[in-house]
Amino acid sequence: MILGLYNYWIVVVLMMIGFYIVIAHGNLIKKIVGLTIFQTSVFIFYISMAKVEGGTAPILAEGIKQYSNPLPHVLILTAIVVGIATTALGLALAVRIKEAYGSIEEEEIQEKDNLDC
Amino acid sequence: MFAVIMLSGIYGLLSASFFVAMDAVDVAFTEASVGAGISTLLMLVAITMTGRSEHPVRHKPVLALVVVIVTGSLLIYGTLDMPYFGSVTAPVHQHVAPQYINDSMQQVGVPNIVTSVLASYRGFDTFGEVVVIFTAGMGVLALLSVVRRPKGIAEIDSLNKSMHEEYLVLRIVAKMLIPFILLFALYVQFHGDFGPGGGFQAGVIFAAAIILYSMLFGMSTARRVINQSLIQLLAAIGVLLYGSVGVVSLLEDKHFLDYSALSADPIAGQHLGILLIELGVGITVASVMIIIFFNFAGRKNSEQNQESNES
Repeated sequence: MILGLYNYWIVVVLMMIGFYIVIAHGNLIKKIVGLTIFQTSVFIFYISMAKVEGGTAPILAEGIKQYSNPLPHVLILTAIVVGIATTALGLALAVRIKEAYGSIEEEEIQEKDNLDC
Repeated sequence: MFAVIMLSGIYGLLSASFFVAMDAVDVAFTEASVGAGISTLLMLVAITMTGRSEHPVRHKPVLALVVVIVTGSLLIYGTLDMPYFGSVTAPVHQHVAPQYINDSMQQVGVPNIVTSVLASYRGFDTFGEVVVIFTAGMGVLALLSVVRRPKGIAEIDSLNKSMHEEYLVLRIVAKMLIPFILLFALYVQFHGDFGPGGGFQAGVIFAAAIILYSMLFGMSTARRVINQSLIQLLAAIGVLLYGSVGVVSLLEDKHFLDYSALSADPIAGQHLGILLIELGVGITVASVMIIIFFNFAGRKNSEQNQESNES
């Protein structure tokens, strides 16, 4: 059944929404929101790969035979926290750009750069 | 812009519930506190500084749409070869994963496999992640830290006072909640071996409690309670604690981060090692998050001061 692949399609759709925001909007904060959505789609991709039919959360207990795969969980757990740290860095850069150029629109920043040259 | 950020917060909470549905309780924990809590907050603080409105897009987005649709359909074509959702025979489940599930109880002795993989089998990776978080925190500090002392603290204080009288209910509810949030963070920290939890989640929850406090009681009060340089020192100490656990096992003629060196009984050594490095992770994550928030909010305050001084 080809419908068994639906998790990947959801991921692709989310990823493309994020990608579209990044390339179509000029506002730097919106670009960062787009990147966050892109990032979450990758998280969902990994976690959905880890899911095993009939499995439970990977915490060992009596009487449970089937566990979901713990390895992608570990990777994504750390990736989320690293993601927020890097997002904060991006926002900090946006704030500094606003202070230096008076704007966070890509085009206006480029115009100002051209005037300086 | 405000609506965009609120929606992205809701999206974070939704994806956390996705993760619960897909058995990843540890991940859901982290995503709920990060996606719905801290990242929404940081973006809100950022838009107060960069302006709330977005200029209309001048070029047509058709080209972008075409690029996105082409990439998307290529990716979907690529998924046709992938294993089905929930399939037991997928390649992901074939290599090291069964080994972790079957052997981790004898080798590490911790029921939560996510914790044992995170802290023991892949301890070196996690060390790298902690260093990345630390570096990002230092980057924010370098970009945003305010060197000159903000003037007119008395003005801000009176502003805060009037605000506090307005939001009396919020403040009292928060006052009752914050001790429990802090306690819960500690529970998550030290119970991570047995249930979902660990240093990353605990650090984020702890930081969220402090941020809630500083939002409701004003930055200047929060600064008086939480010493800036102490927090910066703590961020470094967390990484140092993690690294020195590794060096101790090197000195005992074992591999870097091989916790069986820490005690005569290998399982007890593993427990001790995991406890210590999770503590290191928790301290670093919590203090880096607090540093990031304080620097964003502190910059906002000093900007307002400058404006009020000029006018």
